[in-house]
Amino acid sequence: MPVLSDDRRRVAETILARYPAGRERSAVLPLLYLVQSVEGRLTQDGLREVGELLGITTAEVEAVASFYTMLRLRPTGTHVVSVCTNLSCALRGAGDVFEAAHAAAEIEQGEETSADGMVTVHEEECLGACDAAPVVQVDFANHDRVTAQRMVELVEALRSGRVPEPSRGRAPKDFRDASRILAGVEERA
Amino acid sequence: MSRSAASATRVVTANWDDPNVFGIDGYTAAGGYEGLRAALGMTPADVIDAVKTSGLRGRGGAGFPTGVKWSFVPQDTGKPTYVVANFDESEPGTFNNREIVEREPHRFLEGMAIAAYAVQSHLAFVYCRGEFLWPGEILEAAVRDAYGKGVFGDSVLGSGYALEVVIHRGAGAYICGEETALLSSLEGFRGQPRLRPPFPAVEGLYASPTLINNVETLANVPSILTEGPEWFAAIGTEKSPGTKVFSVSGKVERPGNYEAPMGTTLRTLLDEHAGGVLAGRRLKAWTPGGSSTQMLTEEHLDVPLDFESVAAAGSLLGTGAIIVMDETDCIVEATRRLVQFYAHESCGKCTPCREGTWWVSRVLARIQQGYGRSEDLPLLDELGENILFKAFCALADGAVSPIQSSLKYFRDEYETHIAERRCPFTGQGPGRGPGLEAEAGLREVLT
Repeated sequence: MPVLSDDRRRVAETILARYPAGRERSAVLPLLYLVQSVEGRLTQDGLREVGELLGITTAEVEAVASFYTMLRLRPTGTHVVSVCTNLSCALRGAGDVFEAAHAAAEIEQGEETSADGMVTVHEEECLGACDAAPVVQVDFANHDRVTAQRMVELVEALRSGRVPEPSRGRAPKDFRDASRILAGVEERA
Repeated sequence: MSRSAASATRVVTANWDDPNVFGIDGYTAAGGYEGLRAALGMTPADVIDAVKTSGLRGRGGAGFPTGVKWSFVPQDTGKPTYVVANFDESEPGTFNNREIVEREPHRFLEGMAIAAYAVQSHLAFVYCRGEFLWPGEILEAAVRDAYGKGVFGDSVLGSGYALEVVIHRGAGAYICGEETALLSSLEGFRGQPRLRPPFPAVEGLYASPTLINNVETLANVPSILTEGPEWFAAIGTEKSPGTKVFSVSGKVERPGNYEAPMGTTLRTLLDEHAGGVLAGRRLKAWTPGGSSTQMLTEEHLDVPLDFESVAAAGSLLGTGAIIVMDETDCIVEATRRLVQFYAHESCGKCTPCREGTWWVSRVLARIQQGYGRSEDLPLLDELGENILFKAFCALADGAVSPIQSSLKYFRDEYETHIAERRCPFTGQGPGRGPGLEAEAGLREVLT
């Protein structure tokens, strides 16, 4: 069973068509997002299918994928919680927020995903929203001025199957849905 | 875009009080796309001359004259010419590009279209930072609307000039804000920087002539066309004309983006915009242009924030991202956190950057936690010297800025950490009292 269904392959064609003829390799990031929207992460099967679409080897695709933090080659939760701990957020208490996220998700030392598979907590670099420090993203949707207590509420909501409303914009349903949006696929799955 | 008193000091954010400018109809009603219309009635060379005359300089950090950059794009190569808008905003402390797009996306798109016409490009890419999920959706919708209104497509505003626009999302890598790394990423490779020359203007995307500009830079361009280059040049200082959208964050009462003429001081930004240092505390240190610029102190409150004056004070205007630290903040910890960022974001290409930033972050961690040694400060000096200007791109140099400037202004604070074997702010470390044996395990890890 291929990772990309016939429907998804038609979407892949529209992604490839964004770039000039002969420059299809430029589509590697959106195609990886497309695969990630199906798999919830990237596996060797998904990497190979992207390579086949682009006419490059799986190793070449993996070399690209492994460079970027938003493309996940490791097991990943249903939701990805990114806590900015860079300086502007750290000055506003991000350290406590990050610890609260880990504690609320009951993530073990050295791990990044909760045992129930619902939440991956990621220590993030500057998210470009320092006016709202400390900033947290849930599946890349921003939550402004998050306290440790609010962080606990966010994680508990996610673990009970509810997606909290972000401070701006719309909330993806989960990490897969966010990946689909990042691929530039217009319709909501 | 009237010539009211307010717009004399606000160019990019002049319409931010009007929420209607978010959409294309509201933007057009407020005079939007008139700059593009004016440009299309001029020759491309005249558009470039207007931007040159305005004195606009790149807002992404380097401050290179924008019109001159446009004039470097050759027209006789027989290859396509590309425009790439750099919306990979990720310099720590910087958030003005994001707010420009979230409030008035068409101003930026209009500036990009004018730039594309000036260099006779028919395909423009917006490299949108991956983590900017919502701003990217805003741009996708704005581009669709612009196509619908005939702003983009086969005949831009009915002029016969064709322009296609593609939104391309990154995937989480600070280095892709560096223009040659951005091009590698856009071509489908790891985001590693390339040797210059050849410069992107001559051999950029797909080895073709390519113009790369920052979002704030492009958002200035429509007003230059509608209000005139002389109007723009009269704002700010002689060598740094116009305004800067300063991103103020950290320990201030009202963090936010504040547009002010080039040459405005931090004192004015704090007093008139950001509400002063948080809780009335005393200013300790600040970055004038993001984490990659040398920290300054209270004694620099009256330095005019323009390219020349900040350089004369020993730092750089950079992206105009001001991160404020107060008297209760530990400089060693702040520096450690910033160097950890560079260690994480180093692309790995050059040894001084890849290894050096990692080692410096380890040494800073042990000093901060009370395990520093007397020889650590000369070691940090030496490591800084061995990274600075020794790597391929400016990421490594950016990492050295917090190291060297914190040692320059706050060496006594490092010495206190080492002498007292604890952080004077948190009290944590072996020097805090009994319990040295219990710390032995941590000591093994840190040394």
